[in-house]
Amino acid sequence: QLYYQVLNFAMIVSSALMIWKGLIVVTGSESPIVVVLSGSMEPAFHRGDLLFLTNFHHDPIRAGEIVVFKVEGRDIPIVHRVIKVHEKENGNIKFLTKGDNNEVDDRGLYKEGQNWLEKKDVVGRARGFLPYVGMVTIIMNDYPKFKYALLAVMGAYVLLKRES
Amino acid sequence: LRKNVEDFTGPRERSDLGFVTFDISADILHGEKMVSIFDWNVKQLFLYLSAEYSTKNNALNQVVLWDKIMLRGDNPRLSLKDMKSKYFFFDDGNGLKGNRNVTLTLSWNVVPNAGILPLVTGSGHVSVPFPDTYEITKNY
Repeated sequence: QLYYQVLNFAMIVSSALMIWKGLIVVTGSESPIVVVLSGSMEPAFHRGDLLFLTNFHHDPIRAGEIVVFKVEGRDIPIVHRVIKVHEKENGNIKFLTKGDNNEVDDRGLYKEGQNWLEKKDVVGRARGFLPYVGMVTIIMNDYPKFKYALLAVMGAYVLLKRES
Repeated sequence: LRKNVEDFTGPRERSDLGFVTFDISADILHGEKMVSIFDWNVKQLFLYLSAEYSTKNNALNQVVLWDKIMLRGDNPRLSLKDMKSKYFFFDDGNGLKGNRNVTLTLSWNVVPNAGILPLVTGSGHVSVPFPDTYEITKNY
């Protein structure tokens, strides 16, 4: 009986992992679902909204698109809009971003001396979104005790439920 | 969708800087049925006026000159006159001088309450030819 329950638990975990990895492949983005962390894109997106991204290589970067990017050397993804694009004939693109709710463009956020972003900095393009749903992630980050409690409850539920 | 523009370029050490003033008169409507674009799932529109052109340096350049957030409940009819660009129209190089083929287009990002985020380009765009010479100090 215990053997069965452990197997059951392992199945659930590996299915979740497969779905996540599958999403990464299908969307082409290393992080196909991100949570909005700041208010710099208000009133469109608020802290806690969930964004769905794609990152297809042949998709050109165009002004007006909402991109999620990471500044070289930093881990935090930033969600802002592309306001300038300069593309060379060979496909090399450099672009500038700005948060809708910010007064100035993002040059202050880029690396020292960096004036433009390139394709390699892009995590993905925002294609769809769900409001509020990402709040759970933010709460779990700000209150780690909540995260452990949640995991403990989920683990206990799976291990203790009886098959009738 | 109609736009009237007047423009000139100013000399800068490294890149051309364009100055554009424009009028916009537009009705933001939905598809062929011409109903309001603000249906039950539309929270707001992010409108932006972008200039698109080619230069010797770059095959494609797009610069957003102006943007506006139109919230649900706002009048979908735009009638703006004598607007100055909100953002500096810098080229990556000197490609604005004498460029006859700079196209201004009005587009918008539909932000739903939940769901897909489409980018729509308005019909009707205006070509802005830039003069061959630089203007020195004009009141902008």
